[in-house]
Amino acid sequence: MFRYLVRRILWAILLFIIITFVTFVIFFMGPNDPARAQCGGDQAQRACLKLVTEHYGLDKPLYVQYWRFFDRLVFHQNLGHSYANGEEINQTIAKAAPVTASLVFGGAVIWMMIALSLGVYSALRPRSLLDRTAMVFVLIGISAHPVWIGLIFEYVFGVKLGWTPIANYANFFGAPAGSGLPGGPWQWFYHMILPWFTFALLFAALYVRMVRANVMETLNEDFVRTARAKGAPERTILVSHVLRNALLPVVTMLGMDIGVALGGAVFTETVYQLPGLGRTLIIGVSANDFATVQGVVVFATVAILLFNLIVDVLYAWIDPRIRLA
Amino acid sequence: MALLEVKDLRTSFHTEDGIVGAVDGVSFSVEKGQTLGIVGESGSGKSVTCLTIMGLNAKRNTTSSGEAVWKGKNLLTMKPRELREIRGNDISMIFQDPMTSLNPVHSIGRQLIEAVQLHRDVSNRVARARSLELLKAVGIPRAEQRIDDYPHQFSGGMRQRVMIAMALINDPDLLIADEPTTALDVTTQAQILTLMKRLQEEFGSAIIIITHDLGVVAETADDVLVMYGARVVEQASADDLFNRPQHPYTWGLMGSLPRLDIDVERLTQIPGQPPSLLRPPRGCRFHPRCSYVMEVCKTTVPELLPTQREPEHLQACHLDEETKDREAAKLLESMMAGTG
Repeated sequence: MFRYLVRRILWAILLFIIITFVTFVIFFMGPNDPARAQCGGDQAQRACLKLVTEHYGLDKPLYVQYWRFFDRLVFHQNLGHSYANGEEINQTIAKAAPVTASLVFGGAVIWMMIALSLGVYSALRPRSLLDRTAMVFVLIGISAHPVWIGLIFEYVFGVKLGWTPIANYANFFGAPAGSGLPGGPWQWFYHMILPWFTFALLFAALYVRMVRANVMETLNEDFVRTARAKGAPERTILVSHVLRNALLPVVTMLGMDIGVALGGAVFTETVYQLPGLGRTLIIGVSANDFATVQGVVVFATVAILLFNLIVDVLYAWIDPRIRLA
Repeated sequence: MALLEVKDLRTSFHTEDGIVGAVDGVSFSVEKGQTLGIVGESGSGKSVTCLTIMGLNAKRNTTSSGEAVWKGKNLLTMKPRELREIRGNDISMIFQDPMTSLNPVHSIGRQLIEAVQLHRDVSNRVARARSLELLKAVGIPRAEQRIDDYPHQFSGGMRQRVMIAMALINDPDLLIADEPTTALDVTTQAQILTLMKRLQEEFGSAIIIITHDLGVVAETADDVLVMYGARVVEQASADDLFNRPQHPYTWGLMGSLPRLDIDVERLTQIPGQPPSLLRPPRGCRFHPRCSYVMEVCKTTVPELLPTQREPEHLQACHLDEETKDREAAKLLESMMAGTG
């Protein structure tokens, strides 16, 4: 178990280096000029360009620049400053990440609740009315774009019914003093309901299908027949013998999806104007702000690697074949 | 009174292509402490017969009729709850593939303890002690340590021992073993069969052993049921069946046994394919493959009737008894040649 964990962590570190390097190279080779962006675009002064180029070492070769970036990141945990407005990127991410995390974790809870209940029920009663309804739901969930769903939800629940706000984020721990913005747990929850469901719908649909297929497959396993032959009631069979086996692949997918989504749920954040990482990313890209984009990418990479690690540990805990291999 | 009395059991599966009659009017009985062997090739309905008795067929698209009387009650019409109390307690079952029959995510100890606690209201400690006792009885070395191991840490033969331990843990009156040795290598097969025989003497359970291997039947069974195309074609005591087989299909099975004493290019085989149960042949289901086929075989289903010599020996073939005795004697003679 220990060796398994060490191996996984070493893998994560190697992947981190590779991914940051590749994104660095892509941005480096891309047709953008950070110095010009920092100095005000087309009206940039020659002196300013020179100053910025020297300050950031933009005229240095790729490996030197990458090393400067890597050194700053690893040894000082510093993502640098925005090329667009000079803000500290650590600050930008620290502000945006909780918004995205609220959206993703809340959404994950919702999509898992939908996926488990619908998936298991439709697996137990294939071709029943419920199963068919669930499959229609899956089709809609997979086909409908989150922006479209977001707009529909906003119109129906926000505008027509007036049940929920239609945009913006409310801080869980209270709004900054004097900002006049809503804050606190209840406001947070109230503002997140629509984004959660919008974000969760696609995943819920994918997961309903996955849970249903896995449960149906596991129900046909020989050990389920053994459990029946032992005289176990169906409920025990489902909980103790079927679900644990059927949910193994679901755990893997969940970890990966949460990791990826933490890099920014771009569409949902845009529709509801949530100041999360996805929005930060979009603003960064459109402003040629390579430093900010790189910051979000680094954060997303760490999130994905971390969640993969968590999945690996969870997997080993659930499945003895991996733990003891 | 027989322990289990099966009368005119019929099971059919409704598939998209039509109705498959997997078991078609099978009757037999099992006496206390006796061993019944059910022989037949794949798809002859032997497994489905037992799964039907245990109520383990998928409920969807399956219909069963007939009776399986267990201690005066029909298992087929029992409420699920009553049936659950019998399964694993009075009647237990071992399956063909020990590699997939145990749950990979639970330790074998936990699976054995579950089997005990499903039927007895006992503490974990008592159930664990009972599990250990059984693991030792089936010959798992270092049972105290191995009880907490997971199925993937056992070999196929050891897993089958665990399955047997689990089946016997509640001291059942009847053990149904569905091809218990098919997935194992030959040495392990012999060990498992010896183990089952020894445990039968110890526990006094009756056994139904399902197999396609006449060798296994010869080794273990008191009575034998030969099935072909969802029906019983011959039924007799093991002695009688091996000394005086009365059905051409049984001859075919016996003739195709491999021999160590004669060097042959190919093993003898029964020509043709097993019948489709979706559209079974008219008349005797074996007639397309039978080398003794007569006109009557193609139109009339032969009844399962006692032989004149031995009323307990039932067979379903239109051939006259004289011919059958003569052919059986010829077959036995050829099988004995070289060994005597």
